[in-house]
Amino acid sequence: MRKLCNSLKEAIEKSGLRDGMTISFHHHLRNGDYVLNMVLEEIAALGIKDLTVNASSLFDCHEPLLGHIENGVVTGLETDYMSSGIGGPISKGVLAKPVVFRSHGARPAQILDGTSHIDVAFVAAPASDPMGNCSGKYGPSACGSLGYAFADAMKADKVVVVTDDLMDYPLTDASITEDYVDYVVKVDAIGNPKGIVSGTTRMPKDPIALKIAELAAQAIDASGLLKDGFSFQTGAGGASLAVADYVKRIMLKRNIKGSFALGGITGYMVDMLEAGCFQAIQDVQCFDLQAVQSIREDPRHMEITAAQYASPKAKSSAASNLDVVVLGATEIDTNFNVNVHTDSNGCIIGGSGGHTDVAEEAKLTVIVAPLSRARMSIVVDKVLTVSTPGSSVDMLVTQYGIAVNPARPDLEAAMKAARLPVKDIRQLRDMAVALNGPAKPYARTSDRVVANVLARDGSLQDVIYQVK
Amino acid sequence: MDIKREAMAGTLESSDICVTVQPAAEGIRIDLNSTVENYYGDSIRETIGAVLQELGVRNALVSAVDHGALDCTIRARATTAVKRASREEPQK
Repeated sequence: MRKLCNSLKEAIEKSGLRDGMTISFHHHLRNGDYVLNMVLEEIAALGIKDLTVNASSLFDCHEPLLGHIENGVVTGLETDYMSSGIGGPISKGVLAKPVVFRSHGARPAQILDGTSHIDVAFVAAPASDPMGNCSGKYGPSACGSLGYAFADAMKADKVVVVTDDLMDYPLTDASITEDYVDYVVKVDAIGNPKGIVSGTTRMPKDPIALKIAELAAQAIDASGLLKDGFSFQTGAGGASLAVADYVKRIMLKRNIKGSFALGGITGYMVDMLEAGCFQAIQDVQCFDLQAVQSIREDPRHMEITAAQYASPKAKSSAASNLDVVVLGATEIDTNFNVNVHTDSNGCIIGGSGGHTDVAEEAKLTVIVAPLSRARMSIVVDKVLTVSTPGSSVDMLVTQYGIAVNPARPDLEAAMKAARLPVKDIRQLRDMAVALNGPAKPYARTSDRVVANVLARDGSLQDVIYQVK
Repeated sequence: MDIKREAMAGTLESSDICVTVQPAAEGIRIDLNSTVENYYGDSIRETIGAVLQELGVRNALVSAVDHGALDCTIRARATTAVKRASREEPQK
């Protein structure tokens, strides 16, 4: 049986792709991905139209997608995250049909249970053999984990593996295996390594971020969860990464042997593994070169699928075993609802990713954020978009103090017992207003919905309106 | 205070405002470009206008590029820009 195609065009033709179908992509090549653009260009040349693109995330490198929306090749978008280069035009209404936003856990849940059908999945694979045994750990475009691509490969009617490093059969350390793959295509390059992963992940020097991080680490310690068996997830952004540094210092000082680190993985988590803070890393996506090297070489650093990471329908998941997660917010309201989808003008600049999943699952969900950013209060009366419901959030840590969700009086008592600066979240909101001056209320300018934000169970959680 | 030449104060950094003051024939004009226009646009124009009035400036063209400066910063940048613009020669 020959799966290897001479061109992407041949693979698309053989897949039987027709007008109106759904194609899918994963985002491990991040802002260096060539595959989505390459595939859409071939599809456009073939004259196929009216497609829905289901991509686990979209980045600014995918801007040509906007042209394919304009020319009718793409008429539907489903994703977990889109950066502002795509989010801006979408917010202005370039797509007639509302975007469907899911979380990283809900996406595979709905793909696997058949709610979200994929006709043809395109798997960008840094290494593959001619039968489609493929991996993200090898090759010039190595990205590490292929976690988000598994559900697509398992359930799509046709699966096309696109690689730039064709290896001899069998690729023994394969992530997605040949039994799921229909066609394999070799191309010159699947991505730009500079955009795929960053070289190093740097600790922030911003004194406000460090202050927030130190306070957050103290709060985690005071929660009582920071002991042997501890499991932890944190983002790669400024304050979140700095929290890891403070947590690491506490763990080393007290010789705490944690269980696992979870999530998108940075070199910082690898350092913690190697320092003995954790016994394992569960990795759905690598953020930097050190993480890629570690997942390739260290058996304690395991690849997990998106469903295994955080599917609400999985029998259990890594997220459901998680003690503490530290997450960011563009806004948080006095009911602890968090927005990570839109900016202060209501324009799409992100998405849940795994935020909503791990926030709901973890024993302790800590939101770290400055009280305000460039005169915009982060603590508001009502978020413009509910990305993660307040019921999933346990506390907010700002440079001016900690606000604990009233649903967690036990946690508030623990913070007070540790003499940490606990404030009512409304107090923090008032402090922000006092610093920034009273702002005019947000005025929505359109009733047209440009995106539906789905909850983890697939129900409609919120909508995002068009902006000017 | 008379505006004699073009002068500037501030930066394009986040949480700062860059204020440029130029001579004008008649009256005050304030052109503002702000990331927080929807929330603070009117308030920023009001603050700059108040600074001009306090310093006795009657004719000026002000262009401001704001990245979320606080009111105290806006006052400071506007005041400095006006004082620089009212000097005959650039200060060494």
